[in-house]
Amino acid sequence: MTAAVDLPTPTLSGRPPARSGGARAMVLRNVMIYRHTWPLLAAEVFEPVLYLVSFGIGIGALVGHVPGTAGTGEGAVRYPQFVAPALLATAAMNGAMNETTFNMFGKLRTDRTYESILTTPMTVWDVALGETCWALLRGALVTAGFLLVVLALGLVGSAWALLVLPSALLIGFAFASLGLLVVTLLRNWQDFQLIQLVMLPMFLFATTFYPLGVYPRPVQLLVECLPLYQSIELLRQPFLGQVGPALLVPAAYLLVFGTASLAVALRRLETTLRG
Amino acid sequence: MPPQPLVTARRLRKVYGKPGAREFTAVDGIDFEVRRGEAFGLLGANGAGKSSTMRMIACVSPVSGGDLTILGRDAATDGPAIRARLGVVPQDDTVDTELTVRENLLIYGRYFGLSKVEVRRRAAELLEFARLTEKADESVGALSGGMRRRLTIARALVNSPDIVLLDEPTTGLDPQARHLLWERLFQLKREGVTLLLTTHYMDEAEQLCDRLVVMDSGRIVAEGAPAELISRYTTREVVELRLTDGDRATYGDELRSLVARFEDLADRLLLYTDDGEDVLSRAHATGARPITALVRRSTLEDVFLTLTGRSLVD
Repeated sequence: MTAAVDLPTPTLSGRPPARSGGARAMVLRNVMIYRHTWPLLAAEVFEPVLYLVSFGIGIGALVGHVPGTAGTGEGAVRYPQFVAPALLATAAMNGAMNETTFNMFGKLRTDRTYESILTTPMTVWDVALGETCWALLRGALVTAGFLLVVLALGLVGSAWALLVLPSALLIGFAFASLGLLVVTLLRNWQDFQLIQLVMLPMFLFATTFYPLGVYPRPVQLLVECLPLYQSIELLRQPFLGQVGPALLVPAAYLLVFGTASLAVALRRLETTLRG
Repeated sequence: MPPQPLVTARRLRKVYGKPGAREFTAVDGIDFEVRRGEAFGLLGANGAGKSSTMRMIACVSPVSGGDLTILGRDAATDGPAIRARLGVVPQDDTVDTELTVRENLLIYGRYFGLSKVEVRRRAAELLEFARLTEKADESVGALSGGMRRRLTIARALVNSPDIVLLDEPTTGLDPQARHLLWERLFQLKREGVTLLLTTHYMDEAEQLCDRLVVMDSGRIVAEGAPAELISRYTTREVVELRLTDGDRATYGDELRSLVARFEDLADRLLLYTDDGEDVLSRAHATGARPITALVRRSTLEDVFLTLTGRSLVD
């Protein structure tokens, strides 16, 4: 083997360090863009607020307390309190997943942004990790905004509700990774319809608007497998002041789900981007 | 010890697709070296394997076979370390359309791990170099084709690279934009930057390259300095004749017999000779009445035609 050539760089000015900006540079790129387009984030907070007002407060007026939670009377859960954490989980999910599906697809297929990034020392791993980090940060940011609205509406009954923030990061990680995997499978913009075909029913049926007890047992098992159901569980329990080891189940589920998705997505991205 | 070449390719191959049925060999065992400070060209028609070669040198596409050493490191294993010292100008301008002109340079520097202060200084220098200072805070959507290409080149210089790779640098640009770009590339060369470029324009190759290889169907068919290749593979001058179909049929054979080498193209005849005026007067003497007749010096285009039997630009 020969040694690396180490002569003075014959260029305009000094020698750069031979290293990669890493995932951090990828996050910086997104921050740069969102400096121009931050109203989009505000719009994403607005959507769950609409749901909360129409379902939580509107339908909540008819429903009153949620049957099957903690009986009736003093300790019972009011309907908007029941719906709010589910909408928070959904906001974290959508925020993260939109970023790695919609936003990444253009950069991957049409603009070929990643191709030019990968001519630098940046690796596919740097890109994937950076985009995932940004997506979950963005998901958490949307969640925090929504949490403020929920707080203002007087729906937060327990200080444990603050657990919502780290939980939202975990939900963001799981769905950002899933999105990263999905985006490698998409062939064209029409395929986004297929995502909607999965996401909308999941949003409607993963105990967002009513408790699991409504379903017969076999359906319950099916719903319990959904990542959104687990996300809602992770947020709803502390939101309602119920904190215990039971929270470890959804947390572990999301961690495994996200890590597995990320691992498969990385392998697929490597072949897509390094042909 | 002679100075080590910056790039050494030995029996380099690129094969796309799965082995067997749908396999396609884009680069078929090529050897070449690029020396420090020179402008080295890969000349060839579309599909000759130039871009595939460039992508392997840029360490964005894995080598399928043979050895590729860049800056003393193995392209197969040291991709990121090599890329840290390269500047890449891809064929399509993949500028970041979501960012402004200046931001494009700032973030690109960050990909190389440069500090915020450092990239800010570099960006200002490079905007000046690319003559884009006035456009610095505009969206890249507002740039003309020539400006976009200059931004892509400026971006490739953000890490002060040892080698700049340019894939078809002036394709799609108008003559004025091409000349401005060539002028910028000359400046880089004067400053000692090694340039490696692909082109299918023979004028570009003659203007910019100290040395080049001619590629055809994934192989190298000739190597040398432009003037060297011209004197080795073709005559000093060429007589170009455009004839009516009638004249072509009547006088074609007679014209052919005037010279040792002759090309029958779709729209014109090329007569290779060291004395163009003499051949032209003898062509007129045959009785043929060309629509246009032209004596010119041989170019790389003629070298390419000799070597491959085909024209460079179809």
